[in-house]
Amino acid sequence: MTMQGTSGEDRIELNKDESRVVKLRARKLLFSLIRPIRRRLIVSFTLVILSQAFRVVGPALIAYGIDTALPQAIRSELTPLYLVVGGYLFAALATTSLIYSFLKFSARTNQNVMFDLRQRLFVHSQRLSLEFHETYTSGRVIARQTSDLDAIKELLDTGGNEMIAGIFFMTFTGAALLALDPGSFGILLFSFIPLWFLTRWFQKNTKLRYRQTRVASARLIVKFVETMTGIRAVKAFRKEKDNESEYAGYTEDYRSVNAKVIQIFGIYDPGLTMIGTVTVAFILLFGGFRVIDGSLGIGILTAAILYARRFFDPMEGLAMFYNAYQSASSALEKISGVLEEEESVPEPEHPTKLSNATGHLSFDDVEFHYSNGKTVLPGFNLDIPAGQTIALVGTTGAGKSTLAKLVSRLYDPSAGRLTLDGIDLRNLSNLQLRRAIVMVTQEAYLFSGSVAENIALGKPDATMDEIEAAAKAVGVHEFILSMPDGYNTDVNKRGGRVSAGQRQLISFARAFIADPAVLILDEATASLDIPSERLVQQGLKTLLKGRTSIIIAHRLSTVSIADRVLVMEHGQIIEDDAPAALIAGTGKFARMHAAWRASLV
Amino acid sequence: MSEKGTLATLLRIFPYAKSALPRIALGMVAAIAAHLFALSIPQFLRDLVNSLKDNGTAETLVPAVLMVLLLGLLEGVSVLLRRWLVLTPGTFVEAGLRAKIYAKLQDLPVSFHDKWPSGQLLSRATGDLSLIRRWLSFGLVLFVANGLTIIVGLGILFTFHWILGLIFFVCSVPIWIKGFQFERNYHSVARLSQDQAGDLATSVEESVHGIRVLKAFGRGDHIAGKFAAEADTLRGTEIKKAGLIAGIWIYLILAPEFAVGLSLLAGVWLVSTEQLTVGGLVAFLATTTALRWPTESIGFLLSMTLDAKTAIQRFFEVLDTPVDIADPENPKTITEPHGRLEFKDVHFRYSDAPADQPDLLNGVDLVLEPGESVALIGITGCGKTSLTALTTRLYDVTGGQVLLDGVDVRDLSREELRTHISMAFEDATLFSASVRDNVLLGRPDASEADLKQALEIAQAHFVYDLPEGLNTKIGEEGMSLSGGQRQRLALARAVAARPAILVLDDPLSALDVDTEALVEEALRSVLTTTTALIVAHRPSTVQLADRVALMQDGRITAVGKHSELLATNDHYRYVISSLDAAGEMIS
Repeated sequence: MTMQGTSGEDRIELNKDESRVVKLRARKLLFSLIRPIRRRLIVSFTLVILSQAFRVVGPALIAYGIDTALPQAIRSELTPLYLVVGGYLFAALATTSLIYSFLKFSARTNQNVMFDLRQRLFVHSQRLSLEFHETYTSGRVIARQTSDLDAIKELLDTGGNEMIAGIFFMTFTGAALLALDPGSFGILLFSFIPLWFLTRWFQKNTKLRYRQTRVASARLIVKFVETMTGIRAVKAFRKEKDNESEYAGYTEDYRSVNAKVIQIFGIYDPGLTMIGTVTVAFILLFGGFRVIDGSLGIGILTAAILYARRFFDPMEGLAMFYNAYQSASSALEKISGVLEEEESVPEPEHPTKLSNATGHLSFDDVEFHYSNGKTVLPGFNLDIPAGQTIALVGTTGAGKSTLAKLVSRLYDPSAGRLTLDGIDLRNLSNLQLRRAIVMVTQEAYLFSGSVAENIALGKPDATMDEIEAAAKAVGVHEFILSMPDGYNTDVNKRGGRVSAGQRQLISFARAFIADPAVLILDEATASLDIPSERLVQQGLKTLLKGRTSIIIAHRLSTVSIADRVLVMEHGQIIEDDAPAALIAGTGKFARMHAAWRASLV
Repeated sequence: MSEKGTLATLLRIFPYAKSALPRIALGMVAAIAAHLFALSIPQFLRDLVNSLKDNGTAETLVPAVLMVLLLGLLEGVSVLLRRWLVLTPGTFVEAGLRAKIYAKLQDLPVSFHDKWPSGQLLSRATGDLSLIRRWLSFGLVLFVANGLTIIVGLGILFTFHWILGLIFFVCSVPIWIKGFQFERNYHSVARLSQDQAGDLATSVEESVHGIRVLKAFGRGDHIAGKFAAEADTLRGTEIKKAGLIAGIWIYLILAPEFAVGLSLLAGVWLVSTEQLTVGGLVAFLATTTALRWPTESIGFLLSMTLDAKTAIQRFFEVLDTPVDIADPENPKTITEPHGRLEFKDVHFRYSDAPADQPDLLNGVDLVLEPGESVALIGITGCGKTSLTALTTRLYDVTGGQVLLDGVDVRDLSREELRTHISMAFEDATLFSASVRDNVLLGRPDASEADLKQALEIAQAHFVYDLPEGLNTKIGEEGMSLSGGQRQRLALARAVAARPAILVLDDPLSALDVDTEALVEEALRSVLTTTTALIVAHRPSTVQLADRVALMQDGRITAVGKHSELLATNDHYRYVISSLDAAGEMIS
């Protein structure tokens, strides 16, 4: 199936089956959003029904006023008039207070739906595997969580209220007209024929275009995000002009498809008004003749006209709702696609409990290949006893990082199993897994917030003392104190003010404070200068004591603290021994080490 | 930031909507016409009802109905015209504003981007702009047209009878009072909600870009909790906003209804005392019906206008930011760059550095002669990367000068400067484009041979093994590459640009020993003719350079050959030598 999850989400034209699948998926999501609020919806509906019922009473009272109260008033009998006016004012008051309660109540309901959807999408995106994120692009995830959600918010904000109120208003108005003057109601029924044709035309012409707007808008966001995240490179390589014209192209795509949708709506909406006008004229004509032959009172005619006119009032709102609905359902199609993506590294339903992990890792016939079939790690076995420090070396692309990602369960093995203290990683709860195994990568991402918060990410309940101790251990304490607000300094966007090395030190402190049983350092010291590295190495010695660790480093200095070296090539472990033994030998590591020694002076 | 009035803020967008204004004005005319047609229908209704009352005939009825029909159709046509007039120009204005803010954001210096989370920028370039569009082509037009219609309608109501007019006028007073209050209260909530939406977008962005860290530490729940708290705050604000709207709505619905009720009382009395005809009363009530929608619409038009105001404010917060790293008015030009780079008493500090802290770069003096390569050494955070950023004006010096062939870099256009100097950053940014386009970013017209050579120098042979070779799409939307692969492509990119000066920030940090040796070997051939400033952490990288400059306390404290400095300079040994660590290991 080509429309599973997010695949094919940029396609506009879908065949029947695909379209059905996508629509069904969107509708399922919609229902699942409505389910928790169904009680609130019933209250909303009740408020709306009551308010619109009171609203519809008005013209009937006017008819009564003109046909009955007026002649009586001329005869100085004022009671009916007072009753009519009193009734009118009461109805107005009732309508308004009901609408007010409805608006307040439904705003809360709508916001709850938004909150629910926002959360679901966020949490789900977080759960999705790294593999998904690496192919789907950050801009798209952001687009789904911003502009697509905006489309749904738009529907809830304007559309929802308009539709419910509108439908009931029309129903009641129609009913009142039927009760008051069945003839006029008959004419009103006729107007449904052109209405139906006009709506079909609108549907046909907009169907694909709404999907196009979502795709165009996502493209716009992807480009925008990429530019702003890579702004240094954009500037350094003078890509501004190219970017501008490319972005202008996307902007124009979005504009033209959006304009099309708006234009079609711009015909649809006045079309509705005109149908209304013609209907009113016919009711007037038909009613006029009946007044002439005396079968209809002027008051009734007035009310019929007022009703007929008002009947079409909510049409604009309904059309707008339909508009917003179309746009929102295209957004729902996309969002439900993301939500449909399955976690390729799912949390077990019944996790095995792991108390006090010792850190014994074992690979049993583990294999790994990407979903496109490319093999990264052919089958291998490896046993890492608890507390051992492993140095993993080899050329770039040898599979070192993949091995690290398997241990940290960012990926699952394609075959075989990987166990921690005898328990398959797939059987551990996320909480226990992450508590036991932590990985620090070369890419040291800092989140907006203070330095202290960034370190505490490794242990959310850490005290300030613990944070400082971690910072001292990796030698970043002095630097942090030199920042404007010390530990409370905002690191800004992507740590703009913090050098790459310092960023790495902070993320080191983050791992330090997490205090896991298994620590993986994937090129975590690459950007450090030698003094910092020396400091970290000092800290590492204490940190690694009694802990299993896997260290990937190009700089062989790290090897000094390892108990055992694994040399990898083309996804296979070709050498495996204590460092001294390997250096003394004649293998690849001995050569690499000699070259590295030579490079030191 | 000084808070401008609503009108003054709204007016600021007009110069950017110039092309659309004539059609928007015409659209207003059409909107007013539509309302006037609607308002005139009751006038004919009055005569019609009066004639029916006085035993009218088909001869009087049919023309009157036709008149009503005609006016109704004219109303519809006017609405059609209004929409046709304003909608398309509105989308052009939106697209224009979008292009403007994008261009401006690219123009603004890196220091601006350091401060602004990109989620906040994104929400300005998407949601805010579409709000402005809708306001221009819908809110503004209807606000003016409906406002005028209400005034005209009120006048017409007076023509039926002054008492009836007065009732409506008095009943509308609370609307105005409420409206003014609303304007004050709503604005701050609207601003809050837009800012919070921007914050939320920022959180989303960070959660996506930091996904590896979040996964590695299993902090997904933690960050989701933070996100939920933010989303909850936004929910609260939105509910508050809806409450305010509901608050003004009740007046907008209640006031006209009350007026109708009271005028029914007065109207019947007027008819019974023969001060008003039945037709007049019917027409009066029909007129109030025609006025109903314009009156009720004022509520959402007002909130839309205020939303637009904050959107415009937020738009101009970006547009008003001065580009303090701009092109000079009369840029100099260097026709044949030799590649002499000189730092002359260079001072630099970040704008938010504490006042008592010395400048990060505190008088840097360094000269790179044409063709010479200099390695820049110093401890983490001493300002090496900041110094490299000054060469291409990603930041500007706060004192002193950076000279290229004797010309201050601030006297060149940025475009030219960045053609002469090419950089490779430590965190290699690749764009969603083919390998070829990524490598040739700095010189799109380079020949195939140049491209091959650059890839050769950077030891990036792996690209030939990618599914579509040089045409494979990489970057975010394409193949994901390892850190070492990305770094090599960034290096190839800098080399392929064939600049007079290469600035390389720790260009080999993610490479393994073997590859590093190969790259260095190849790079040497380039460096014999190109001036290069190379930030280095390792002795092996230092060996690429002719000379080494040691940075300490914001200054260059020593310059010389690696072996000389190693022999004479303690700090240099401290920074670069890992012999003791290595010695420890071997033992």
